[in-house]
Amino acid sequence: MSVMLEMLGVSKVYGTGATEVRALMDIDLSVDRGELVAIMGPSGSGKSTLLTIAGSLEDPTGGKVMVDGADLSEMSPNDRAMMRRRSIGYVFQDFNLLAGLTAAENVSLPLELDGVNSGTAIASALEALRSLGLEDRAAHFPDDLSGGERQRVAIARAVVGSRRLLLADEPSGALDSVNGEAVIRLLRDTCRRGMAGVVVTHDAQLAAWADRVVFLRDGRMVDNTMPPPGPESVLSGPGQ
Amino acid sequence: MRTGEVWPLNVGQVYTTLQRLERDGLVESGAGDGEGPQKDYWLTVDGRRELGVWLRTPPDADAPPRDELVIKVLVAMRVPGTDVHSVIQAHRRHLVEVMQRYTHIKAEAAENDLGLAIVVDAELFRLDGVVRWLDAADARVSQAGIIPDLPVTDVSDQQTNVLGRR
Repeated sequence: MSVMLEMLGVSKVYGTGATEVRALMDIDLSVDRGELVAIMGPSGSGKSTLLTIAGSLEDPTGGKVMVDGADLSEMSPNDRAMMRRRSIGYVFQDFNLLAGLTAAENVSLPLELDGVNSGTAIASALEALRSLGLEDRAAHFPDDLSGGERQRVAIARAVVGSRRLLLADEPSGALDSVNGEAVIRLLRDTCRRGMAGVVVTHDAQLAAWADRVVFLRDGRMVDNTMPPPGPESVLSGPGQ
Repeated sequence: MRTGEVWPLNVGQVYTTLQRLERDGLVESGAGDGEGPQKDYWLTVDGRRELGVWLRTPPDADAPPRDELVIKVLVAMRVPGTDVHSVIQAHRRHLVEVMQRYTHIKAEAAENDLGLAIVVDAELFRLDGVVRWLDAADARVSQAGIIPDLPVTDVSDQQTNVLGRR
């Protein structure tokens, strides 16, 4: 078991003086490969800020963030951008697929942006789509897919290539409960195969799929659940 | 009878109930001609009609149950020095842990085990409703500005004293 994401004493303050907003305070969070962690909290508790900082989309004002052992604050902007493109996958509530591209093109895009040649990128995209049961949807445009299928394409885009950290913000928010369950089940299975996952949600049914649930309140981690017992627990899961 | 192993079923109770149903003419049984100790039962015409009525009769949802958790939160709000948010969080964490265990059962079950998924879903939706109620109570307490004036660690003594005087 190795640590993929480590946040140490992370804080985020917006503004100064009277307008200062402390979005996050003193966050310590460690997520291992193969582990899915849920961050629960009400609106304004800082959970989305935590995710954007973990994904290096935003800088903390205090503390440090390590992804796969590398301290983000010590990396050059180019190296960080490369880390974001190659190692980190994002899944959002509203899918964020490009309407003018097919499912396969949406999934291959991050690889092509990273300089992978088109043929190899498409092959990897098809492999990711196949792993999510979407091989027969590869040539469809997002408008021709159901909500559940669109989110599965978004997950394929987040796991394509050699991504190691999966970050999801309310990934089932736009879906009904059965399709939402299918999405979180896929995220969990993806983590079981070796990625580290963080899912941010206010939905307890979604969070209950995680190995560990961390509770945020007013920017602070106030509590967390213990990993569920049993031999099927991720601690002794396959490939660990 | 499948309950997804979520609810324990007392076999003796099952047979007592079947005997009463037979007495009332709602089921009939074989004369013990099967192999092993199990006896076969089947519905009579009257039994099928009665079952149809029962399936469509709503269970009593009008009278709210006496809910211990609601009472605990109300008490927490009334007793000076109690950090209501930490009381709510203790229950929220416990409920989410129980939901994790149920979800684990569902996750490990065969995908075609429809009965189990439906029984487990019923518990998960019920627990989810309680968590949402806690979230709403938490938000209302914040808006009302109920602020703890004693550290949490002193709460248990304080509660005993206050309640003991009543």
